[in-house]
Amino acid sequence: MKDMIKKFYFFLVCFLIIPIKTFALIEVDITRGNLNPLPLAVSPLSINDKSKKSFEKILNKKNIGSEISIIVENNLRTSGLFNPLSKDAFLQAPDIANLKPRFEDWNLIKAQALITGKVTYVDEKLRVEFRLWDILAGKEMMALAFTTVPENWRRVGHIISDKVYERLTGEKGYFDTRIIYVSEEGPKTQRVKKLAIMDQDGANNKFLTLGNELVLTPRFNPTSQMVTYLSYFKNLPRVYLLDIETGTQEVVGDFPGMTFAPRFSPNGKKIIMSFAKDGKSDIYTMDLENRIVERITNHPSIDTSPTYSPDGKYISFNSDRSGYQQIYVMQSDGSDVKRISFGNGIYGTPVWSPRGDLIAFTKLHKGKFYIGVMRADGSGERLLTENYYQEAPSWSPNGRVLIFYRETKTDAKGKGFSAKLWSIDLTGYNERLVETPTDASDPSWSSLLGN
Amino acid sequence: MIPSKIFKNTFLILAACLVLTACATKKDVATDIQGQMQGDTYTGTDTVKYLADGVPDRVFFATNESILTTASRETLRSQAAWLRKNSSINVVLEGHADERGTREYNLALGERRANSAKDYLMTYGISSDRISVLSYGKERPVDAGSNPLAWSKNRRSVTVKAN
Repeated sequence: MKDMIKKFYFFLVCFLIIPIKTFALIEVDITRGNLNPLPLAVSPLSINDKSKKSFEKILNKKNIGSEISIIVENNLRTSGLFNPLSKDAFLQAPDIANLKPRFEDWNLIKAQALITGKVTYVDEKLRVEFRLWDILAGKEMMALAFTTVPENWRRVGHIISDKVYERLTGEKGYFDTRIIYVSEEGPKTQRVKKLAIMDQDGANNKFLTLGNELVLTPRFNPTSQMVTYLSYFKNLPRVYLLDIETGTQEVVGDFPGMTFAPRFSPNGKKIIMSFAKDGKSDIYTMDLENRIVERITNHPSIDTSPTYSPDGKYISFNSDRSGYQQIYVMQSDGSDVKRISFGNGIYGTPVWSPRGDLIAFTKLHKGKFYIGVMRADGSGERLLTENYYQEAPSWSPNGRVLIFYRETKTDAKGKGFSAKLWSIDLTGYNERLVETPTDASDPSWSSLLGN
Repeated sequence: MIPSKIFKNTFLILAACLVLTACATKKDVATDIQGQMQGDTYTGTDTVKYLADGVPDRVFFATNESILTTASRETLRSQAAWLRKNSSINVVLEGHADERGTREYNLALGERRANSAKDYLMTYGISSDRISVLSYGKERPVDAGSNPLAWSKNRRSVTVKAN
């Protein structure tokens, strides 16, 4: 409850001071693989001694201004679109740069954009203002300020990153987000799995279950801090609902058998999942408000891994009704089922992009696993990455990045197994290992937290 | 012209012989390793446990399949006979898949495999009340290896005493 009030307060006091319109010269094209990331300078946020000491007492951080700027720098670098320059080369002090940068100095080190800012301690709160400058045009592009509780300092860094990303690319950012995943430990034959959650940059990792029972495939509600997942509690595999804020859990629906592969509808009001009985798996939905269960598919095959289109009108899923696992699209009432995957190999785990145009998938062909994307009508298939084993892509909320998990091959003695999270841009560039304290699988990306 | 052709042909034949011999040797080694598999279904006994004397606890499947082989049917018939004799015993059929599939599909596949064993037990007179089905998908392999033999051991339905 306290947390919620805090959050509410945070959003309440998050405000805009100087909305500015300028004609920007810098523009970052994110539709193609970006091999020349934009060089920019992230100046440490300036802070006076008094504020520095106050924050050091509360947060145990020597200089919260430079800590926040490091978060911004890391986010922008990880995106692959920006190249934050080394701070050693900076000629201008943070406080002066924030008032009026000497553009020629920043131009000299080849920065095309500059981020400056200031942190102050006001009434036990953290006040941050920041500015984005266009070096070549010699103009201010954006200026914003927020006030929040000091404990929110990392989120401030993410919000600044999102604003900069949005201003420079024209698309919403994805930094003020979290990732829920399954943490894995122990030998391959007896893996202990726990639900875990972390900030998108790996900070604030937290375990949500103890590992007493097997848990799989957590997925975020796109509209709230709820999660749906599969748990083997009492050795009965069932779909559960978990409120991350309160920790309360409940079973979804009353099915006489295994329910699995859950996902939320785009408005967060329904859960779509599979129910397995007598060797057949069909797709069902349950309305979370009135608890009404609807059967969507009715076929002797395995129908699973359902995902809604962002407008909620269509459902994509994988089915082996043709003999092998392939991807299908149907109306959300289950009518008009059409197969969309026709390439070589088998296809699974369709996930509709938040932008609506693409479906990400896993493909198995000739002993290799691929993560790829295709249009919702099955055309334009594009494979982004190939590996020994990888699956289960999940989209960043802006539909530009996919996170998935990858497993390694074991040797003849069964040693050398690992499971890790990876991310890759829609362009197929910028493949990155996402660090986690333990092995990890089944990632799901949250929406922007401010939303 | 002609001598060179003969020479060329002889060389080709010799080369072909060498290649074929190489193949033959390789094949022998392959059968040695895979003596425990027929097609890609496991036929060995390394991982098998016994519910009672002469009653193996598990059956194995080919990739992506849930069809029972002749050997599997024999195993299940012996399980059915044992269950008829021990009418107070209930069982859980645990269905499993290998690691070469997506997690969610494998959960469904494990369920389908266990059900195929369940159906067979029922045709041999075991009441469905005594049998429950539980799929682990690819979550509980018996062999941690990443090779066809290990995968064949993992594609299984195991009959476990529930009481």
